[in-house]
Amino acid sequence: MSAGAPPPFRPVLTARCGKPDSHRLGTYLADGGYQALSQALALQPAAVVDKVKASGLRGRGGAGFPTGLKWSFMPKEKTKPHYLINNADESEPGTFKDRLLMEKDPHLVIEGTLIGAYAIRANHAFIYIRGEYYHAYTVLLAALEEARAKGYVGKNILGSGWDCEVILHRGAGAYICGEETALMTSLEGGKGFPRLKPPFPAAAGLYACPTTINNVETLANVPFIMTRGPEWFAAIGREKNSGPKLYCLSGHVKRPGVYETAMGISLRDLIDVHGGGMLHPDRPLKAVIPGGASVGVLDASEIDVPMDFDALRAKGSMLGSAATMVLDSSACMVKALLVNCRFFAHESCGQCTPCRVGCDWMEKIVHRIEGGEGRLEDLELLNDVASRINGQTICPLGDAAAGPVPSYLTKFRADFVHHIDNHTAVCLPKATASR
Amino acid sequence: MNFAANVLEEIDRIVARYPRATSAVLPVLHVVQREHGFVPPEAKAWVAARLDMPPAKVEEVLSFYTMFHRAPVGRKHLQVCRSLSCNLRGEEEITATICRKIGIDPGGKTADGKFSLVQVECLGSCGTAPMMQVNDDYHESLTPRRVEELLEEWSR
Repeated sequence: MSAGAPPPFRPVLTARCGKPDSHRLGTYLADGGYQALSQALALQPAAVVDKVKASGLRGRGGAGFPTGLKWSFMPKEKTKPHYLINNADESEPGTFKDRLLMEKDPHLVIEGTLIGAYAIRANHAFIYIRGEYYHAYTVLLAALEEARAKGYVGKNILGSGWDCEVILHRGAGAYICGEETALMTSLEGGKGFPRLKPPFPAAAGLYACPTTINNVETLANVPFIMTRGPEWFAAIGREKNSGPKLYCLSGHVKRPGVYETAMGISLRDLIDVHGGGMLHPDRPLKAVIPGGASVGVLDASEIDVPMDFDALRAKGSMLGSAATMVLDSSACMVKALLVNCRFFAHESCGQCTPCRVGCDWMEKIVHRIEGGEGRLEDLELLNDVASRINGQTICPLGDAAAGPVPSYLTKFRADFVHHIDNHTAVCLPKATASR
Repeated sequence: MNFAANVLEEIDRIVARYPRATSAVLPVLHVVQREHGFVPPEAKAWVAARLDMPPAKVEEVLSFYTMFHRAPVGRKHLQVCRSLSCNLRGEEEITATICRKIGIDPGGKTADGKFSLVQVECLGSCGTAPMMQVNDDYHESLTPRRVEELLEEWSR
């Protein structure tokens, strides 16, 4: 190692995930668990917010908004109840990192939730977990009971005088409920319709009360910021893109899985070093979707990019939920776009016409191209429909469906033209089953 | 609607957790479905009365969320993920294997009520694709052969 080089990264968020009984309170306490909560409770809430601000932590749910700043938007004068919501509705295609934390280290999730609730002066915190994660739900529920029995949750936590109930709430199958305002509507007992902003949740969120909503991984970072300090956190990665990060690697790689590295690992290293390279040695890389179905696709020449918020944005894509889907030469990009368009058409809540009608329409167009019945004009039409959804809807689902479309059409035009020119449902090159 | 006393107590505990009763609509419907295997038509009015909300609001919820069944599903309800990571790793072959083996199409149910099959969107198991959820459990890193074995086991 050369002088001044950063020390090698050691896992932080997932450090306990492989240990026996990592989900139990006993092992969590033995590893120093709930000391961060104790340290936070010794400070004023505003001082906790300042620490998180100083760390540079940005939201891990997709938007990358600075967490401390979000917390500071909560009213200084508490005239109504404040609520904290831990968004565990992980549903972005390709994302499976929060599930790992909830199943393997549920007390870390609970401790992060509690510190967040204390910082914004809430006495109720909700963990909204997607309904399909039944196993994670049972693990978290058992952990909450352990924590409550030992006085980490409930009345007068650790003798501080601060009360906080943590309510674990199961969703029931709806991608849209991962969108913050839809989640709140759902939690109030309605269908998951997003709301117009403003008012922002910090002014009028759950039950029209001041609310902060953070992602599971975001809150899981908070206990470490308390115990190791904001400087430690800020020194990992690079400025404004700091801290440990969970990457979800899937698709045509040898070793798919969740990998924790310093924020900003190069996409090439994520695939080659952590993922073990391509699944089939004779099928080279064709494309990578770095942040879930909602982000622009990269071609094989673009993988020397740091996997962080700002570097991917500069490439016209996004880090999103760090759901990195790898496609090899057997993949048809028309099919990939079709699968993603089908997803958004299925998940559009139907509230805004551009999204409700547009997502269906895009799916139909890509479907006919893929089936060999498309026309060259369809490519223009697709771009046109996408442009009429983008920016025209209440929530970002419409943008997520429409935004990536041009990247598929420009970078992989040959795949589309092949289907159209040859009137064929057979992809270019001929796709073969991956196993 | 008839529920055992302990189920009614469970519902009371759920409702009491929330600052407002209507927030309990999803968890209460989960309990109803667990007890009956689906959400029977008469549950709508019962849940509405219990949570003091209009039946139309309960209907909105029931028709919006994909996990609530309005009619009985198979004893093994197979949900195969069709989103991109699973698609890249062979979900189409998995679904085709199931259809061939139990003789139904996606959306269908076997005549003996043993199996039903649907295709669903991402279930957050992309690192172990292809996968399916069967009732509450995830079955991951599937191969056509593994799926055949599971179906044979469940057919016994």
